[in-house]
Amino acid sequence: MRAVPLLEVDDVSKRFGGIVALDGISLDVGAGEIVGLIGPNGAGKTTAFNVITRLSAPDSGDVRFDGESLLRTRPNAVVRRGIARTFQNVELFRGLTVAENVRVGAHARRGEHSVDDVIYYVGISSVRHRLADGLPYGTQKRVELARALASSPRLILLDEPAGGLNHEEVEDLGAFLRRFRTDFDVTILLVEHHMGLVMGLADRVHVLDFGRKIAEGTPREVQADPAVIQAYLGTAA
Amino acid sequence: MIVVAFTWAEFAEQVAAGLASGAVYASLALALVLIFRTTGAINFAQGEMATFTTFIAWSLMNHGLGFWAAFPIVLVIAFVGGIGIERTLMRPFERGPVVSAAIVTLGLALVLNGLMSVIWGGADRTFNGGFSTRTVKIAGAHISIQYIGMVAVLFVLVALLAVFFRFTKVGLALRAASLNPDSSRLVGIRVGWMFALGWGLAAVVGAIAGLMIAPIESLGPDMMQVILLYAFAAAVLGGLDSPVGAVVGGLLLGLVITLLGRYVGYVGQTLKLPVALLLILALLVVRPGGLFGRVAARRV
Repeated sequence: MRAVPLLEVDDVSKRFGGIVALDGISLDVGAGEIVGLIGPNGAGKTTAFNVITRLSAPDSGDVRFDGESLLRTRPNAVVRRGIARTFQNVELFRGLTVAENVRVGAHARRGEHSVDDVIYYVGISSVRHRLADGLPYGTQKRVELARALASSPRLILLDEPAGGLNHEEVEDLGAFLRRFRTDFDVTILLVEHHMGLVMGLADRVHVLDFGRKIAEGTPREVQADPAVIQAYLGTAA
Repeated sequence: MIVVAFTWAEFAEQVAAGLASGAVYASLALALVLIFRTTGAINFAQGEMATFTTFIAWSLMNHGLGFWAAFPIVLVIAFVGGIGIERTLMRPFERGPVVSAAIVTLGLALVLNGLMSVIWGGADRTFNGGFSTRTVKIAGAHISIQYIGMVAVLFVLVALLAVFFRFTKVGLALRAASLNPDSSRLVGIRVGWMFALGWGLAAVVGAIAGLMIAPIESLGPDMMQVILLYAFAAAVLGGLDSPVGAVVGGLLLGLVITLLGRYVGYVGQTLKLPVALLLILALLVVRPGGLFGRVAARRV
């Protein structure tokens, strides 16, 4: 038996009208792990992120962080418990500079990483005084990551960090995330469509399909799982 | 048409008067922009809120307080009042359509106007301001100390707001909350309270406008109604989302209206407001976003 995981999603369901976005999902992330959350479009990955970060309340089930329920934590207090995230479509503060974006990220800073450290670490020093909304997409993603890091989180949720990046940038990202887990002593849960990145990076992978969890295991185990192959490729003829 | 004898000294005096009333339009326009920027609401009650706090100052001064002693007390009352209004009246409409919020502020304006008539009566009152009405002689022109004071107050106000928004943690959080509420919550900002803070600040800025204009206009429940119209015009002229624009727009409008009234004879006296608004209209045709506003571009 492992120790209590850092994050536990316990039998969580979420419906939007007639659509069941999450159907009794359970998953866990241990401290220091990199865990992938994968599945075809509409599987419920982003909904799961929204439930964990309290942007969306589940209909049933529980989410525990460090053994304590998150469901009584208000959205603006989630970061104080040590959780930060990035968004699939980059939700920066347009109209603020890069440095200001990162400073806002440190609004509820718990840890020791200064805004300047984070900006340097993520490699956006040269654009720190530029407005965030005019930057190339890949740079905007770095800014968003820096903003999340500025709060010194224990758990960081990355929603498609490789989305929109070119091949070379994806390789850099993989190396970067591995390095950054150690340097910032952070646990990572990532939603990602780029299978090469997930399989090379994650310690474990949870697979969702139509709001249900269909598989869990190491990348190697999951890739060999018939249910996963069927979800991605459809029913064999 | 009446031909007016022109002297440079008198022109300078008119410019000072124009900038002084412009400073008041600018302050009220700034209050409108503050609320529009933070919550997206158009506050039709901004004028009555300012008049209300000016009446409070009048009452305090009737109880023996001097203007500058009443000044900070009134600003604190305005701040708390602005926050209170947002938390109770505006909060339910935070995520609703803009029109609903606008109608609520219209209702608030009517309620405040009625309240003022009940509490202080409908008659106009004289209000002694904080600046001397004597003049100083500058290069041959007699400039009222009051006018200089009004413009100075505006510039101090703008400087304080700029420092607050640019360099303080709360100011940055307020800007962030207005730009992206969801991301703001995730970084730990209490977005609802930031909206309330925006209303509180706007109420303070409006209160200052009221305290500055009351010695010139007489104080009555309707004191700010025309001025609110000017403030809206100034805000739109500057670009509704630009604080700098509100200030420049307000000063410019005060200047143009005053000079039109003085130098363009019959037309200027009675038609100065329509003429000024026509000029704004012409400018907006050329620059739809106002002087400093950004035209909303949507990525599709």
